[in-house]
Amino acid sequence: MSLLQIENLSVQFGAFRAVNNVSLTVNRGEILGIVGESGSGKSVSMLALMGLIDAPGVVTADALQFDGQDLLHARPAQKRKLIGKDVAMIFQDALSSLNPAFTIGAQLVETLKLHLGLSGAAARNRALELLELVEIPDARARLAAYPHQLSGGMSQRVMIAMAIACNPKLLIADEPTTALDVTVQAQIMDLLVSLQKQHDMGLILITHDLAVVAEVAQRVAVMYAGEVVETSPVPDIFSTPRHPYTQALLASIPEHSKGASRLATLPGVVPGQYDRPAGCLLSPRCPYVQPRCHTEHPPLQATPQGTARCFYALNDAGSPTHG
Amino acid sequence: MADTQTNNTAPVMIARELSRHYTVSRGFLRGHADVKALNNVSFELQAGKTLAVVGESGSGKSTLARQLTLIEQPSGGSLQIGGVEIANADQSQLKALRPQVQMVFQSPYASLNPRKQIGAMLAEPLKLNTSLDAAAREEKVRAMMAKVGLRPEHYHRYPHMFSGGQRQRIAIARAMMLQPRIVIADEPTSALDVSIQAQILNLFMDLQQELGTAYVFISHNLAVVEHVADDVMVMYFGSTVEYGSKQAVFAKPLHPYTRALMSATPAIHAKDRGAKIKLEGELPSPLNPPSGCAFHGRCPYAAERCKSEVPQLRPFDGQLVACHRVEEITARPD
Repeated sequence: MSLLQIENLSVQFGAFRAVNNVSLTVNRGEILGIVGESGSGKSVSMLALMGLIDAPGVVTADALQFDGQDLLHARPAQKRKLIGKDVAMIFQDALSSLNPAFTIGAQLVETLKLHLGLSGAAARNRALELLELVEIPDARARLAAYPHQLSGGMSQRVMIAMAIACNPKLLIADEPTTALDVTVQAQIMDLLVSLQKQHDMGLILITHDLAVVAEVAQRVAVMYAGEVVETSPVPDIFSTPRHPYTQALLASIPEHSKGASRLATLPGVVPGQYDRPAGCLLSPRCPYVQPRCHTEHPPLQATPQGTARCFYALNDAGSPTHG
Repeated sequence: MADTQTNNTAPVMIARELSRHYTVSRGFLRGHADVKALNNVSFELQAGKTLAVVGESGSGKSTLARQLTLIEQPSGGSLQIGGVEIANADQSQLKALRPQVQMVFQSPYASLNPRKQIGAMLAEPLKLNTSLDAAAREEKVRAMMAKVGLRPEHYHRYPHMFSGGQRQRIAIARAMMLQPRIVIADEPTSALDVSIQAQILNLFMDLQQELGTAYVFISHNLAVVEHVADDVMVMYFGSTVEYGSKQAVFAKPLHPYTRALMSATPAIHAKDRGAKIKLEGELPSPLNPPSGCAFHGRCPYAAERCKSEVPQLRPFDGQLVACHRVEEITARPD
């Protein structure tokens, strides 16, 4: 059975549906990449899973199963026991996720105290162990450091230490390396993947960087305007994308058009709150659009490798299957 | 650089050993420290060409941009724009130079005045620097808006009504209003989504072809750099570590830092992934600079000499590189 099963998760802010019927599964020891541009709902859907959507946001779902437990109908106290312990999350901007008024040590110890009941020397020793695990040099001295004394890469390591403090079964990393330099990004991704392997965790990696996903994930879900438009294993999604949006996204990366003077582009922008089209959400931008796409909303349909939300999912040659 | 001389036109911008040092306070009773944000950077830029400056945060890229746009006075070295040496230029000459160097910033959310309509914003450079009347200004603004892909009805709109990509188009239009010879673009697409990034990069290339503008394109994204650049300058800790044509630098990176940077950049296709060079540690503190080569603490090839002696930028195999051990490094197969 899957470690995490999400069925038809939706998040509504007033009249705006930020996330629409998202279904995902993650297995133990698996890395799932969630890819999408800003406004695609990738972060909001994970925040909803963690119970971090405040009113007036409304979260609905058919099922939220985590490790055999029902998150959807769990009482807040039950949820608090799980969240932060068995499900942990890392955010994009590490420096603003840490409390500037407390030392790194104090913040790590707090987690250990709350979820594992450790105290005193035991908690401090475990905190030290965690900092060493995330390869922070001179870890003993860093326990007494405040967040502003750390670089961006070091802060992200501290966040990771905090997230894995209670050996979570599932780790959600929301753009964990976007704010970091590329050499540091490589260090942090190495660390995340090696920890994920060591502890046999499920890892959800939210990112807009397709290349990061290509290097580490086993499966990818592509999101567009609040919906999952394609799911596929890696590397198939990069060789044979089935949804026109995935294809366009891949084509717009400079790496893809080496030697060409112009980059392939998708005209227009992701539809926002007021300009969501009827029918397929990609229809105003899609190069292969058909009359049916303007009126009818396509469901997720099986493709040779996964699923795609397109009436005319692309074939192996990358052309739509009209007619 | 020797091979850019093949083009017979005079360079529009020449920097020679450009440096910028800041004096910072280290705290009460501790005296001042000198931060060498930029050290002896030299390059030549031809009309219609793009020099890409690559480096991570703290490498001095943005300090370089501030010197090139005349926002700050360099503390040493020489900078010539259109043949005029800025160190010797008087106020009126500087005033005449400034419209020739324009800038596009990283965040189009912070660089546009939220209280100004697009039309007024784009007309302002003309108002300050030309004697055109209002009707002539509007005509020029509308022509430029069409050129960067904005619609006529956008003329009276405010920045908050636009998406990030459109805002960056506005910022580019503003930079282009005075037909500058040089545009400095500081990470112009790093705040944008990839599909929008592609649109903006295309716009940059189209405008360059049409207007012959020279670009200094600052970026940390090597895939973007490989797409836009003619020449590439790699910076580390305020100094140039490698400089050469795009083809040479990407085909045959010489400096260990350039190699590490390229290997650290994730690639979609497995065939594009080289052996990973794992760099230890992070950029050193500018208040406490390392002795010798600034990279020696993280370099997998560092030797005794690298700890004591600062490597000078020197020609090697058609490129310029600042590394003591480049001969040995390139001799070994990898």
